[in-house]
Amino acid sequence: MRDNQDQIAVSGAPSPALDDTPARLRFRDDAPFESPIAPLADFLAGGNFAAVRIEPGEDARELVPHFDRLKLVEIAFPKFRDGRGYSSAAVLRQAGFTGEIRAAGDVLVDQIGFMRRVGFDSFAPNKPLDPKVVKATLDRYPYVYMKAADGKVPVWALRHG
Amino acid sequence: MYRYDQYDQAIVDARVAEFKDQVGRRLRNEITEDQFKPLRLMNGLYLQLHAYMLRVAIPYGTLSGTQMRMLAHIARTYDRDYGHFTTRQNIQYNWIKLEQFSDLLDDLSKVEMHAFQTSGNCIRNISSDQFAGAAADEIADPRPYAELLRQWSTLHPEFSFLPRKFKIAVIASDSDRAAIQLHDIGLQLYRNADGVTGFRVYVGGGMGRTPIIGKVVREFIPVGQFLSYSEAILRVYNRHGRRDNIYKARIKILVTELGIEEFTRQVEAEWATLEPLGLDAPQAEYDRIIAQFADPAYEIGAPDTIDLSDPDFKLWVDQNVHAHKQPGYAIATISLKPKSGIPGDASSAQMDVIADLAEKYAHDEIRVTHSQNLVLAHVRKVDLYAMWQALAAADLATPNLDLVTDIIACPGMDYCTLANARSIPIAQKIAAKFENSISEQRDIGELKIKVSGCINGCGHHHAGHIGILGVDKKGEEAYQLLLGGSGAEDASLAKILGPGFDENGIIDAVDKLIAFYRSARSAPTERFLDTYRRLGAAPFKEAVYA
Repeated sequence: MRDNQDQIAVSGAPSPALDDTPARLRFRDDAPFESPIAPLADFLAGGNFAAVRIEPGEDARELVPHFDRLKLVEIAFPKFRDGRGYSSAAVLRQAGFTGEIRAAGDVLVDQIGFMRRVGFDSFAPNKPLDPKVVKATLDRYPYVYMKAADGKVPVWALRHG
Repeated sequence: MYRYDQYDQAIVDARVAEFKDQVGRRLRNEITEDQFKPLRLMNGLYLQLHAYMLRVAIPYGTLSGTQMRMLAHIARTYDRDYGHFTTRQNIQYNWIKLEQFSDLLDDLSKVEMHAFQTSGNCIRNISSDQFAGAAADEIADPRPYAELLRQWSTLHPEFSFLPRKFKIAVIASDSDRAAIQLHDIGLQLYRNADGVTGFRVYVGGGMGRTPIIGKVVREFIPVGQFLSYSEAILRVYNRHGRRDNIYKARIKILVTELGIEEFTRQVEAEWATLEPLGLDAPQAEYDRIIAQFADPAYEIGAPDTIDLSDPDFKLWVDQNVHAHKQPGYAIATISLKPKSGIPGDASSAQMDVIADLAEKYAHDEIRVTHSQNLVLAHVRKVDLYAMWQALAAADLATPNLDLVTDIIACPGMDYCTLANARSIPIAQKIAAKFENSISEQRDIGELKIKVSGCINGCGHHHAGHIGILGVDKKGEEAYQLLLGGSGAEDASLAKILGPGFDENGIIDAVDKLIAFYRSARSAPTERFLDTYRRLGAAPFKEAVYA
């Protein structure tokens, strides 16, 4: 896994001061993209946006025709128990979106492993996460049972190489 | 039966380490109880009335003698010397201390067991036919497919925060011993007209507050594609299932609100995007798992007759033993509904006895049934008598399978925070009226009484020939009476007969129902349920309320 600066913090180096809140975790090696993030309706209305926010209940598939002008999709988690955002990310990755997908809001460390698997590659949690716990969480599982957007090889493939 | 390989064991070990870490962070107050709750629920840990309750997973209800002995050890070491087998083919312990929980998980993982996904809003333990691999009427053993589902659903990244819990059952015969039409997904394996093996897929069945019989979402999905098809169903549910009201969050409500045609259209559209992604396990993996469920080494030419000269033994054989597909063998059900017992409870000593008998007589395999009994599926007919004697010595030979005293009951208000009323004493008092006469029970015939202590319906009251539902009536325990349910292939939902009763009233009402049935049945072979279906509710109502 390649890390950018924020990720180095995750790996145990001293945490750099972040000038924006909430604290971000980012698992991409392109430059962080900062620009206004449009609500889905505004984005679809044709505004000149390269970033969009999906709320629970909104249909991520509506973005599929617009991937060429999209750099960032922020998926909102108003409550951690609401799991619709996992499917939103999975739908985008399965449709071929390669830009940044960020989980924002009530994002807890115990969800991050699942979120990485369905295609999230950045995180804007309401409350900062302990980098040591994040790293331990992401390193936890040596194998996975099923395919997902992260490209990990499921055990059925390892068994029958 | 299925044995873990290095990958399965590594995943279980990692999961145990993860939960220990989560417990540690909770004990250090680094996460709130609200944040901890879904984490502990996904590890089967409930906070009940008196203590933590732990639900240990028994995938598709199958376990070995070694595993049963570990369940006995856990009952002795961490609980009050007993465990409670559940309607989901799992086992619950009612008196667990959080500080001992790490050791307990370590003990379980030594015998390829865990408590993952036995609660919480995720895909739960997969259930199946307790006669799988032994029944004469199945087209194949359904458990390899249940195991494929177990692996596919374990720590599924997209479906671990569903609107609500999600239950899947798999069978492979026309007789439904797993109540598949009352599951979120019910899968029936069969061979189609072209000789291809696949599943009929039911969706949206369930009990609880809004009981619904499942509908067919797909008449036939080839076995090689059933995992991606399940993923499509879960995707539609996760995206569109209601989250505004916990009582309307099960998939049955989504299917009802959309209608089965529109729901099916959405699933098919989703599957069209998922099927090309190669989510289904390859044939080699099917073959690997199927091989682990190969028939045990039957003795060819084992005597096919049973010496029934002992009348008590004959009674047990008549009631609790079923035909096996292999000549010379039989399927034996161990009743966990003894006189004055608690339905589904077994002591650690009893569990040890069953483990020994499974190893000695039953190819080291035990099954848990959704009726809260246990099954030894591969017993030589010549060994039945000795096995029965050992069971009888441990109070495990009650010959009452499917009879009036073989009652399903949830833990009820004796243990459960959700309950409005007690279930166990109701079951015990009904059973007490009949338990001293097996011949009277046999004269009444098949009669499935199911008792729930609240509307969530863990006691399956809607699937009872006679269902009893505990409710709270102005601070008093009260009981509704329902008739005509079935969880079998002739699935039907029990309906309320009339006004509710207090505790003594419900016992009397059941008495009157049974007396009326015996006077009204067309022949001694007509079951209570069939008499009810033939005559309708009115005469039963009159018998109870007149």
